[in-house]
Amino acid sequence: MDFDLILRIYPFFLEAALVTIQLAVYSTILGLLCGALGAYARLHRLAGVRFAGATYVSVIRGTPALIQLFILYFGGPQVGIQLDAFEAGVIGLGINIGAYMTETMRGAIIAVDKGQTEASRTLGMSRAQTMLKVTLPQAMRLMIRPLGVNINAQIKGTALVAAISVVELTYTAQRYIGSTYKPFEMFLLAGVIYMVIIYVTGQGISYLDKRAALK
Amino acid sequence: MGLDFSVVPSYLDNLFFGALWTIGITLGAAAISFFGGIGLAVIALYAPALIRWPFRVFAFMFMGTPLLLQLFLIYFGLIQIGIDLPAFVAGVIGLGLHYAVYNSDIIQAGILAVDKGQYEGSRTLGLSQGQTIRKIVVPQAVRTVIPPIGNNLIALLKDSALVSVIGVAELTLTSQLAISKTFRPFEFYVAAAGFYYVINLGLEAGLRHIERRIQIAR
Repeated sequence: MDFDLILRIYPFFLEAALVTIQLAVYSTILGLLCGALGAYARLHRLAGVRFAGATYVSVIRGTPALIQLFILYFGGPQVGIQLDAFEAGVIGLGINIGAYMTETMRGAIIAVDKGQTEASRTLGMSRAQTMLKVTLPQAMRLMIRPLGVNINAQIKGTALVAAISVVELTYTAQRYIGSTYKPFEMFLLAGVIYMVIIYVTGQGISYLDKRAALK
Repeated sequence: MGLDFSVVPSYLDNLFFGALWTIGITLGAAAISFFGGIGLAVIALYAPALIRWPFRVFAFMFMGTPLLLQLFLIYFGLIQIGIDLPAFVAGVIGLGLHYAVYNSDIIQAGILAVDKGQYEGSRTLGLSQGQTIRKIVVPQAVRTVIPPIGNNLIALLKDSALVSVIGVAELTLTSQLAISKTFRPFEFYVAAAGFYYVINLGLEAGLRHIERRIQIAR
């Protein structure tokens, strides 16, 4: 184990970690938006909209994220979508995790007791009011923890964009493995940073989950 | 440059061959992840602390870092210490170990859910601890956790695309080779996605079949 080397190059890894964090944050925000839209579509009254939502989930979850990134980044220019690698990474990862979040959110919404909806409708609230004021606040509580699992997966998923040469943590580790021939040191360095990011995020989600729990 | 899917059919043979490799890698890694997962779960629950702890650290590291990074470590790292694995083997082992850790978590929960009376009864009847775990507890535990392990298997299939990065000529790399000859990334990646989707549908159907059979047996 070459600790001198680790001490010499860790600043480059920290810089790369910032890119990883940016990727994770932006793509998670986009994923939450896609997830909310997807869940809305999957629970819609119109069969056509439901079908569109189900197709989104099925296609995205049925194909590898890596291929989706490649289609967007390398195939995009053919259909007039010019993105740089970072943008393609954020959008690709966001759309991908959005499909998983769709199912998480839908699951939480339908897990809310049906009696709540019925009672609220009986009391004269409209469908939208029922959703916004009765069902969703309760569903939000249920979805924090499973969304945390999605986000945890997403942090590790950001490593994929190394394959479209975004200079993030995994790409940096790979580059230094190539130039120093010290894979174990590079793995340790990158691995520890990933674990710290995931640990801190996990703590944040547990905190939110506890805050939201019914007293 | 517009889209022209007519270039795809002449490479269908290559893609099909790549798809077979993808299926092979997935099945190989699935076997490692399943039996490795059982092994890890048994160690985590029954082994003495001295053995348990290193495994716990191992599991923590595998769950806390990206699969891609692990593949780099296994493929390039083992070369550093003199073990030169073919990329295919490194890929199968990397994928298999990664998912073995995830499966182990699920199987542990399954083992804990097996009625304690089963363990006690078996020990009382004179079976050794090893026999009890192998023949009484694990078979019952595995049956209850087949659905979540099936979900991991589907995730594994999709993650098998990652081994293209260390140079295994499976579906993703095969489509990349076709792209390097035709300069048509969109068409070939969409075609590869189609192949993955079909394999995925087959896998899901297989898993549903297994789940149904288990329910009848219960």
